[in-house]
Amino acid sequence: MIIKQLSVFLENATGHFLGISTCLGKAGVNISALSLAETAEYGIARMIVDDEKKGAEALREAGYNVNLADVIGMNIPDAPGALSEVLAKLAAGGVNVSYIYGYSSEGSANLVLKVGDPEEACKLLK
Amino acid sequence: MGRDEMTNLQSSRLRTTVARVYHNVPFYRTKMQEIGIEPGDVRGIEDIEKLPFTTKQDLRDTYPFGLAALPNSEFVRIHASSGTTGKPTAIPHSRKDLEMFSECVARALCCAGVTKDDTVQVSYGYGLFTGGLGAHDGATKLGATVIPASGGNTRNQITLLKDFGSTVLACTPSYALFIAEAVAEAGIDPATLPLRIGEFGAEPWSAEMRAKIEEGLGIKAYDIYGLSEVMGPGISNSCVVQDGLHIAEDHFLPEILDTETLKPVAAGRQGELVFTHLTKEAMPLLRYRTRDISSLNYALCDCGRTNVRMSKVVGRSDDMLIIRGVNVFPSQIESVLLEIPEAKPYYMIVVDREGILDTLEVQVEIDERFFSDEIARIDVVRGKLKHALDNALRISVKVTLVEHKTIQRTEGKAKRVIDKRKL
Repeated sequence: MIIKQLSVFLENATGHFLGISTCLGKAGVNISALSLAETAEYGIARMIVDDEKKGAEALREAGYNVNLADVIGMNIPDAPGALSEVLAKLAAGGVNVSYIYGYSSEGSANLVLKVGDPEEACKLLK
Repeated sequence: MGRDEMTNLQSSRLRTTVARVYHNVPFYRTKMQEIGIEPGDVRGIEDIEKLPFTTKQDLRDTYPFGLAALPNSEFVRIHASSGTTGKPTAIPHSRKDLEMFSECVARALCCAGVTKDDTVQVSYGYGLFTGGLGAHDGATKLGATVIPASGGNTRNQITLLKDFGSTVLACTPSYALFIAEAVAEAGIDPATLPLRIGEFGAEPWSAEMRAKIEEGLGIKAYDIYGLSEVMGPGISNSCVVQDGLHIAEDHFLPEILDTETLKPVAAGRQGELVFTHLTKEAMPLLRYRTRDISSLNYALCDCGRTNVRMSKVVGRSDDMLIIRGVNVFPSQIESVLLEIPEAKPYYMIVVDREGILDTLEVQVEIDERFFSDEIARIDVVRGKLKHALDNALRISVKVTLVEHKTIQRTEGKAKRVIDKRKL
């Protein structure tokens, strides 16, 4: 299903992500998934949170650049080949994947996928 | 006033000024004697080149009142330069000097279309800096309603704009931009504000920055030019034609000189702006080198004013960075950034040297509308900025994107350059 992901621009420097997590913590927003993309100078924190509107508002108020994007959140079996099955469907349908992050626990895996066309991706994955 | 009439007036006033400084200021008498000229050798403005120059260093060397042509008892106010590039200098004014000052500022405001029915919010700093009191006295002379807001406390500035219905804002262009941003953040539609005219000066700014301020505040923005050593704001001002600033040349005789040879440049060419006082009493200066780079246009203006126009100041000769042998003005970088919507109009220029090679880094904030969760897209923005800067400056620039609001917003003059080179 399509879910909202909160992204924040940050410089690649000591303590900068701490500012973001502190800001969300104070606003009472919980982070349920997180991925940090980094380059030499800057990074992007991508987060799935329980209230993205409240989170975005709090971060903007604190002066951060915030982006809300549609991503695909899905649950697949925690088994060899399960991810390939998902990617094969998307590739066959011509949907490009920009990035993925995920983890598995207790027999199933949770994935977040950023794709070129989220709606088309949902149809293909049904 | 016709050109001949102006030349006659300037010549007569120049003769008086030269005689006064020769007899009352030992500094100038010595300099003129060294060159071998006497007041009688200056018959008119055509002889201006015979006269010695005055530099900021001369003002420092004779600090505080060594260049004064009147006894201290005749001073009614003392201003000091803002010390952008070193220790401050003192500039005394006589009563007549202050009358001339306010007259020039009133003319400048009038040039921008301000009338006695306007409410002028003066958000230049009040104090030793001439911006606040200069604009204040000029607007008072014009008969407008003056709000002496001074700089800072931006939230309150916006309250004043709304509650007092200010129609004119006078401040530095970087502060105007900051106020515009704060207006947007407060969710106020600039069209609902009565503000209609901006009188901005005290630092170089680009035409693109003017467009950005005009859009952000819903106004027409005008250039008011001045420097404390010569008077303060009001030496010149742009008119509705927006093609140069009309100089109060009956008080300040302008020249444009080649920065290397100090000889006059060909008509209309760029060079260093130099002023000679024609009516100043307390501390008249001969050929004061402003270090501002501009040009003069004697063609008649469509607005009907006959006095000469100077071009918008493109930069200061001492602001100019020489990077790998290429001359770079911060204003060129600003022009590029303001044309690219992905960049916010806040930037910092960092010059350094790696081995024997100068490096130029431009730190800039990305506009949130173009912030993406994908690195590839942000790199496209960075590439676009780099390409535009490389092309405009003809040297390779490193572009660093920084977090929102990490570049300092300023209430006075902006500091845009950090030069780490140890030369």
